Amino acid sequence: MPLKSRHLLGLHGMPREDIELILETAISFREVLDRPIKKVPPLQGKTIANMFFENSTRTRLSFELAERRLSADVLGFQTSGSSVSKGETLKDTARNIEAMKVDMVVMRHWAAGAPHYLSNVIDANVINAGDGAHEHPTQALLDLYTIHEKHGKIAGLHVCLVGDILHSRVARSNIYGLTALGAKVSVCGPATMIPHGIERLGVQVFHHLDEVIGNVDVLNVLRVQLERDAGRFFPSLREYHHSYGITKGRLEKAGKPITIMHPGPINRDVELSSDVADGEHSVILQQVLNGVAVRMAILYLLATGNQ
Amino acid sequence: MKIEKAIDIVLRNVRIIDPLTDRDEVRDIHLVDGMIGKIASGLKGGASTRSVDLTGVVAAPGFLDMHVHLREPGFEHKETIETGCMAAAAGGFTGVCCMPNTNPAIDDESVIRLIQEKSRRALLGLVDVHPIGAVTIGRKGEHLAPMAEMAAAGAVAFTDDGDPVHDAELMRRALEYAGMFNRPVIQHAQDIPMTRGGVMNEGFCSTELGLPGMPAAAEDVMISRDILLAGYTGGQYHVAHMSTAGAVDLVRAAKVKGLRVTCEVTPHHFFLTDDAVRSFDTNTKMNPPLRTKFDVDAIREGLRDGTIDVIATDHAPHSFDEKQVEFQSAPFGIVGLETAIGLAVTELVYRGILSLDRLVRLFSVNPRRILHLPDVTITEGARANLTLFSPDQSWTVDPLRFHSLSRNTPFAGLTLRGKPFAVANNGVICWSD
Amino acid sequence: MRTLKGTIMDAAAIERTITRLAHEILERNKGASNIAIIGIRTRGEFLARRVAERIEKVEGIHPDLGFLDITLYRDDLLGKLEQPMMKGTDILFDITGKDLIILDDVLYTGRTIRAALDGLIDLGRPRTIQLAVLIDRGHRQLPIKADYVGKNVATSANESIRVHLKEIDGEDSILLMHPEKEGK
Repeated sequence: MPLKSRHLLGLHGMPREDIELILETAISFREVLDRPIKKVPPLQGKTIANMFFENSTRTRLSFELAERRLSADVLGFQTSGSSVSKGETLKDTARNIEAMKVDMVVMRHWAAGAPHYLSNVIDANVINAGDGAHEHPTQALLDLYTIHEKHGKIAGLHVCLVGDILHSRVARSNIYGLTALGAKVSVCGPATMIPHGIERLGVQVFHHLDEVIGNVDVLNVLRVQLERDAGRFFPSLREYHHSYGITKGRLEKAGKPITIMHPGPINRDVELSSDVADGEHSVILQQVLNGVAVRMAILYLLATGNQ
Repeated sequence: MKIEKAIDIVLRNVRIIDPLTDRDEVRDIHLVDGMIGKIASGLKGGASTRSVDLTGVVAAPGFLDMHVHLREPGFEHKETIETGCMAAAAGGFTGVCCMPNTNPAIDDESVIRLIQEKSRRALLGLVDVHPIGAVTIGRKGEHLAPMAEMAAAGAVAFTDDGDPVHDAELMRRALEYAGMFNRPVIQHAQDIPMTRGGVMNEGFCSTELGLPGMPAAAEDVMISRDILLAGYTGGQYHVAHMSTAGAVDLVRAAKVKGLRVTCEVTPHHFFLTDDAVRSFDTNTKMNPPLRTKFDVDAIREGLRDGTIDVIATDHAPHSFDEKQVEFQSAPFGIVGLETAIGLAVTELVYRGILSLDRLVRLFSVNPRRILHLPDVTITEGARANLTLFSPDQSWTVDPLRFHSLSRNTPFAGLTLRGKPFAVANNGVICWSD
Repeated sequence: MRTLKGTIMDAAAIERTITRLAHEILERNKGASNIAIIGIRTRGEFLARRVAERIEKVEGIHPDLGFLDITLYRDDLLGKLEQPMMKGTDILFDITGKDLIILDDVLYTGRTIRAALDGLIDLGRPRTIQLAVLIDRGHRQLPIKADYVGKNVATSANESIRVHLKEIDGEDSILLMHPEKEGK
């Protein structure tokens, strides 16, 4: 039974069965990544365009690896800045890609809603690799996979997202995915970085880490955007680290082991201290490998979905 | 659209709604050489008199849209004075006020004269175009523009619309200076640092969509300040495109105090909420943005209780390509002249919020009072300035049939009640399709 | 709805065939020391388990046992009406140098076995790959031949063979079904 949509634009409103199908399929692909020959043929002959309108190394490489492991042909396209300033609209860029008979497009864009727009304008399957502050569904799916791998379940776990929720697409997608699978979700960060009405998404809001760290199973620590936020949303990195930095001392006070996750790249000793990032409860590197498997699963399910 | 000179026509069985003469009755109106001849039942006219049966049609004093962007000079790919006047006539308006964010801005009399000349030649001069001059030179918010010269040339009000007059000292001086010529200062109320990067209302919807928001407070903060300045200076102040519940309360309180404060709302602000943005359709992107249900309910209440004086469209044409971009990159604004009557009748009259008499005051009487233009009435011997519309007729919005050059509307495909029928002014009558 | 044409094997016949196949495999490979049994999921898995267990009874050695999911190697993935469910591959030993015995219930067009060969070659370099099937029903579309056959059954292309195994179907039987009736 295929996924309900021919695109992966976000986890908001995605049926629970679809999320579970992707995670289950990812298990098989995770096994492929342990083989000596880490390649399987299902997407042979398919052409996938990676359109990255925003800088990203890890997500781009992860997708590229997933695509090549499935034997697809990969087209890379990177640009930064407004397509308007470059003189070619997003629509025209998309039409050009389609004219080259591309089967699937993986898109990262600084504008929320850009992949939705693209899916209305071209025929290829569209996968959202992050659109503005809106959604980053493949990241949330690999986070869900990693949590399940570590804890054996998702329902009933308490997961807390820490940091700049306001600007975070990772936070939003995670909230939608975790609540769909029955986890208890909270967010913790400075009041200036918690968006309006977020409780309505079914999450609890905390401003002080010590209020929540005692009963949490997983901390998903978000990246702080140095350039944009220091001075406007919080006074300094030093103060941010003091209030929200995940350090060994803080974790010891919690009393029970807490799984530590981070979408990367890490600002060491701002969001996470180095010993926590490299510590025994950190699954950050597993996230990276699981990311390739989850992306393989998504590409496979969409390509063979036949809609 | 069919345009002809109103030489000798009897409009039969038309329901005349004229608030200033307290008239609401079905009569015939005889138009002769652009003047209103007799108003009575059973008019026959002469041998060459044309007779049109307008059963089911309302005749009101001509509607005036006091917030329209005609885009000429400078942006003729979006709209021209001619196409804007056609859209106005098609929408049931006999007059519009055009905003100064043209290129060059309307900040001196030469641009005013250009606009007047072009508008006289459009549609045989049917639509009165009243230019609104800029408050500051180039709308830059730094130096006062030559308001005396512009007022003498025909400017009816002053605004930097598109942008606020941000500096309180400058706003104070503008209210004082414009007050000398009995012209209102119209403010696009928006605190700029609070709304930097914003593309929609800040609220639950913007949280879900991850789009940067513009809080309602950013509009209220400036209106609150300006009302204090209006009180202090005794100047005349008008809030453009008011969109928040907070603003309605502020204006209501100002009126109780007897201050010279008035306000207008657009049809989209009493019809849509920010939920409409979920589609990422750039035709739901405008400034001020669509707000929450709470705000929309307050606006409807403000219309009902008389706090809100005017419905004005903020008609903001943009070409198709300009709107075919990412939501965050798209220009703000939608067209409105050709859907205003339909939206108002459907959402306000049919829901019992407004009577037709009140609707006519909002579209016709109040704008002229605020701009100190002569009243328009439907009386024998007066110049004929009429808006004819069928409140009960259903029609479906089809942007491809718009007379405006632009099609940027979120209402495509919607079926509305209340269709413009014809307009008559300056000796000309124009029948809608 | 298809109707029953005949029973190809009952439970007892299946058991006897599995025993015979196990003996043939041991005979040809001169014992169990270098063989590995690979069952093709789904039903091939259960047959493989039974054959391995039979070999252990006879030789005292339990051969390496693995299970292969051929979904990713199918040649009909892009274009099927129903998206095939992945079942997962579990081969936890190194296949390089081994004599692999692929086990499946029915050999028909040969495409499943072609996919299995591609899947196995990606995992290593076996010394030999041999094929054992319960039923060979002919109609090969590729040059594939079984080394060990339970029973050869002549069928027409629009008949179908239903294999039931007690591990998942509750009973052991192999049935031959008539073609689909028109209009049903």
